[in-house]
Amino acid sequence: MAEKKKTTTKKTETKKQDTKKVAPVKQEVKKQAKAAAGSTTEQKARVGVFICHCGTNIAGSMDLTAVEAYAKTVPNVAYVDNYKYMCSMPGQAVINKAIHDNKLTGVVVAACSPRLHEPTFRTATKEGGLNPFRFEMANIREQNSWVHMHDQEGSTDKAKDAIRIAVAKAALLQDLFPKAVPVEKAAIVVGAGVAGMQAALDLSAAGIKTYLVESDASIGGRMSQLDKTFPTLDCSQCILTPKMVDVGREPLIELFTWSEIHDVEGYIGNFDVTIKKKARGVITMAEAEAKGIVGGGCNGCGDCEAPCPVIKPNEFEMGMKPRKAIFINHPQVVPLLYTIDWDSCVKCGLCVTACGEKKAIDLEAKDEFVKVKVGTAILATGYELFPIEKKTEWGYKKFENVINGLEFERLICASGPTGGHLVRPSDGQTPKKVGFVLCAGSRDNTGIGKPYCSRFCCMYSLKHAHQIIEKIPGCTPYLFYMDIRSFGKAYEEFYYRIQDEGAKFIRGRVANILEDPKTKSLHVMTDDTLLNRPIDLEMDMVVLASAVQPSADTNRTRKLFGVSCSMDGWLLEAHPKLNPCGTTTAGVFLAGVCQGPKDIPDTVASAEGAASAASIPIHKGEVELEPYFATCIDEKCAGCGMCVNLCPYSALALVEKDGRTVMEVTEAKCKGCGTCGGFCPGGAIWMNHFATPQIVAQIDAFLLGGEQ
Amino acid sequence: MSAPGNFKIPERGPGIWQPKIIGLLCNWCSYAGADLAGGGRIQYPPDVRVVRVMCTGRLDALFVLKAFADGADGVLVSGCHFGDCHYLEGNYKAAKRMFMVKRLMKSIGLDDRRFRMTFVSASEGAKWAAVITDVVNTVTELGPSPITEFKK
Repeated sequence: MAEKKKTTTKKTETKKQDTKKVAPVKQEVKKQAKAAAGSTTEQKARVGVFICHCGTNIAGSMDLTAVEAYAKTVPNVAYVDNYKYMCSMPGQAVINKAIHDNKLTGVVVAACSPRLHEPTFRTATKEGGLNPFRFEMANIREQNSWVHMHDQEGSTDKAKDAIRIAVAKAALLQDLFPKAVPVEKAAIVVGAGVAGMQAALDLSAAGIKTYLVESDASIGGRMSQLDKTFPTLDCSQCILTPKMVDVGREPLIELFTWSEIHDVEGYIGNFDVTIKKKARGVITMAEAEAKGIVGGGCNGCGDCEAPCPVIKPNEFEMGMKPRKAIFINHPQVVPLLYTIDWDSCVKCGLCVTACGEKKAIDLEAKDEFVKVKVGTAILATGYELFPIEKKTEWGYKKFENVINGLEFERLICASGPTGGHLVRPSDGQTPKKVGFVLCAGSRDNTGIGKPYCSRFCCMYSLKHAHQIIEKIPGCTPYLFYMDIRSFGKAYEEFYYRIQDEGAKFIRGRVANILEDPKTKSLHVMTDDTLLNRPIDLEMDMVVLASAVQPSADTNRTRKLFGVSCSMDGWLLEAHPKLNPCGTTTAGVFLAGVCQGPKDIPDTVASAEGAASAASIPIHKGEVELEPYFATCIDEKCAGCGMCVNLCPYSALALVEKDGRTVMEVTEAKCKGCGTCGGFCPGGAIWMNHFATPQIVAQIDAFLLGGEQ
Repeated sequence: MSAPGNFKIPERGPGIWQPKIIGLLCNWCSYAGADLAGGGRIQYPPDVRVVRVMCTGRLDALFVLKAFADGADGVLVSGCHFGDCHYLEGNYKAAKRMFMVKRLMKSIGLDDRRFRMTFVSASEGAKWAAVITDVVNTVTELGPSPITEFKK
């Protein structure tokens, strides 16, 4: 390094400083620190550096021979080796053998991201007889060879620096011991659509007490609004209601409908979740019995509904059917329990009179908060439709006969507002030509819609086309599409079937829809890209296959559980391929569409996956927490208490020790963020694995050339 | 070499000065975002060396100053977006400290554009590449750190 000579004096100073820093710390941090710091300890650090080629992923972009030769010159390095695939069994054996043969005190693997293979190499380090936390990774793939593919010199230099930085830390690493904590034998599932119900059923079948929380008045979710499901054309309600009944009947599932997550505390194995039971105004039979009302409580008779004077649009029916201020969504709801909509209730008390002796209605009901303790959690918060009126060119909410896919489902459904007769909303007439606009708001790079494919709209539009042909003789569906994505099992066959049935397919993105003010018919204007000419077709009705987006409350809920989301709001999985149900928060899993658009089979499969993953720590009985917690160096602590207020987990407290006020850490509560350590004015907080001397050594290693 | 957005990639080669920049990244958002840029093979200049911490809240203002004292030409601190911190609020606390560092830099005559705090989430690989390109460009334009110059 060019700077080396110039900075010699500075280096010596740094050495002194570091010696000062490391030495007292060593005495403090129990007896672990024995082999801690390089030149200052009795036992000199001996670090092994293992360079991975990752096939040509790394070797192809940089000069690994030069990197290896350089690594041998880095202080504290006792051994250097390379291998084509370090993560393979023979690669790990290289590490294992080298630790034994060279009496290594630390291991550095220069390979991919620690977020991918840190656990693998920790295990290898452990098998070699070292404490697994004496391992440090130098990321020379994700953050080097893959992003500097055409700059061999730059990437080689960066790899050398990365190794030097990693070695500096590895020389100072200490033995750490993960803390095992017991896992509460219960789980919580947020959202009771088909994903949440499936997850809850699987967990309860595995013998785990499950709390199922749903914000709506009934379980069932979006699937209960659908008429038929593609490609088998099963009736959605027929396959869903048995599951709903099972959920309601399962003794191990405790159902919280009309409820939401209010607060989450704790960590894997021991989450304390506060559920807010929104005031429902109606008590169950069990609650009535507890209150001593014999034979009371809501039995779903509906006597209260008739006298209620308030009429509101029913959200379940997409606003196409009226409901009262005291309501149930549909006859098959689970639990069969009425709910009062407080925004519209005028508190006239007619329902209370009608309910009579059952005394099920309480117009003064208040929100209740219930605290539950769970080991793991599954988020299944689902989706809602993208507000397609934002794409003004298609005239949704402007033209009466433009509807969205869910409204079509309700209109064609036998239990829907029209009893299954598809009619034009403007005049109640049966349509003869129905247009379907696919990718309505999906695959849209204008910034108004969503850039992603909503995945199931192609298939449900094909199903809609089939239903029209089946139910209305002489009616022709026209599908305006960009591509038909029929990717699932038996989906492509279904597509051919609909083609044969006589649906018309026009490839072209709809530019504009205009209404004929007299007839309320619609002119759909597009380019037919296969015939290469603009067309204008008159439709009686248009159905927009709207994009989907995460449901409204997803963002609030995910923050409570500490789960990240991607740019479009879908919850972020731990790994898109290998851990699609997990999240970066240990003990929290994802099921269904909240992770990204999915059709019903994929949703159910993901729910079963999440349930299985969530049951593993519970069945194992205990989990190991990463030992990254903070420790107070009592001699340095002045007892100012600034850290106590900074800690987001209330893990720190001031205590009296030997006549002095010092800080004390409750290890079980500490998550190792280091917010206290980053602030402490006296440097009295030692963050395991991310200690100040370790971080400073990394900074120095990069800028001063690696010698401590 | 291609980079997203309208960022100009600085010239490289023998004789051309290249800045020494250290990036202090949180494990959950920015480090993951940088990994995602790698997965997507989004190319950016190689001048930033990365030190990973669990949370930007871990970062003592002194770490930044130490880096400058050691001769860094630029320092980048990158964490989660506000409200997305894996540890609830570490990034707010880091941001407060980093504002203090910026004020201090101004008052001692060190151009505060050499130091930047950004917020890059785990899903923003392209943004990460844009951030790095911009940081490298900014620091390259500012030239070598005056602290290194003093030592000569």
